[in-house]
Amino acid sequence: MPALTRWCIRAALVNLVVALVFGVGLELGAALLGSGWPGLSAARPVFYHLLMLGGVAQFIFGVAWWMFPPLSRTRPRGPEGLGWVGFGLLNGGLALRAVAEPVAALDPQPWARATLILGALSLTLAGWIFAGLLWPRIRGRPGKEN
Amino acid sequence: MPRLSRYMVRASLVHLATGFLIGGLMLAHKAVPLYPTIPFLLGWHVHALLFGWTVQLAFGVAYWIFPRLSSWGFAHPRGYPELAWAALLFINGGVLLAGPGGLIGGTPAMALGTFLEVLGVVAFGLHLLPRLRPPLPGG
Repeated sequence: MPALTRWCIRAALVNLVVALVFGVGLELGAALLGSGWPGLSAARPVFYHLLMLGGVAQFIFGVAWWMFPPLSRTRPRGPEGLGWVGFGLLNGGLALRAVAEPVAALDPQPWARATLILGALSLTLAGWIFAGLLWPRIRGRPGKEN
Repeated sequence: MPRLSRYMVRASLVHLATGFLIGGLMLAHKAVPLYPTIPFLLGWHVHALLFGWTVQLAFGVAYWIFPRLSSWGFAHPRGYPELAWAALLFINGGVLLAGPGGLIGGTPAMALGTFLEVLGVVAFGLHLLPRLRPPLPGG
């Protein structure tokens, strides 16, 4: 299992646990403060994205990086450095979002809005990098077309 | 990787790139209002990333790696590929109808798109059921 895969899966598991703890916190908050409290609706997208993006999608990226057909014998997975950039952007973008999204919704300070834009750029770029890295590895074997 | 898997995985990566772009726009719009219709892209974002990317990628890889049926007397090594091809059409048609179609056609288009996605999941499930097999003795 390549190093990038190991780190993607480790980070995915951390994100899953953090998301679920965050989700429990949201439900407790709803029970204690009432579901109409504005901080809860502002924080809910963070829960979804930690779960589905940081957890599920990152786990998929890690396994796909490992298991998809190799490009060549010398460079079986393509530009690995770019994969690490995608890994950093994904997790960095999620962290920026987790901090800035609830803050920007409740008190839209310039720093929070700037952080949110940086998070949006990081996450978009991470998705495109992973899509671009996996695309050339979608290939069949000659004569095996079933 | 068989042809159907290649189509499904490629389509899933297109939905991934689209869904991330929409998500990035929606997130940035929370910081600086970009365009009034951006919040209405939420349905497209969800359908592209849940069905177009996650579900379709899982289906594409499952079609590739699940046990083959040649030794069990099936004519095709992957059983009933027609059902899996139907799933490809239903899922992508469904995402297009529920996503960009939903922006134009509203709730009816979203409902029809979601129904097509359900048909896609059912078709692929029917394709996959005969392939849930233990390894053959000595195989």
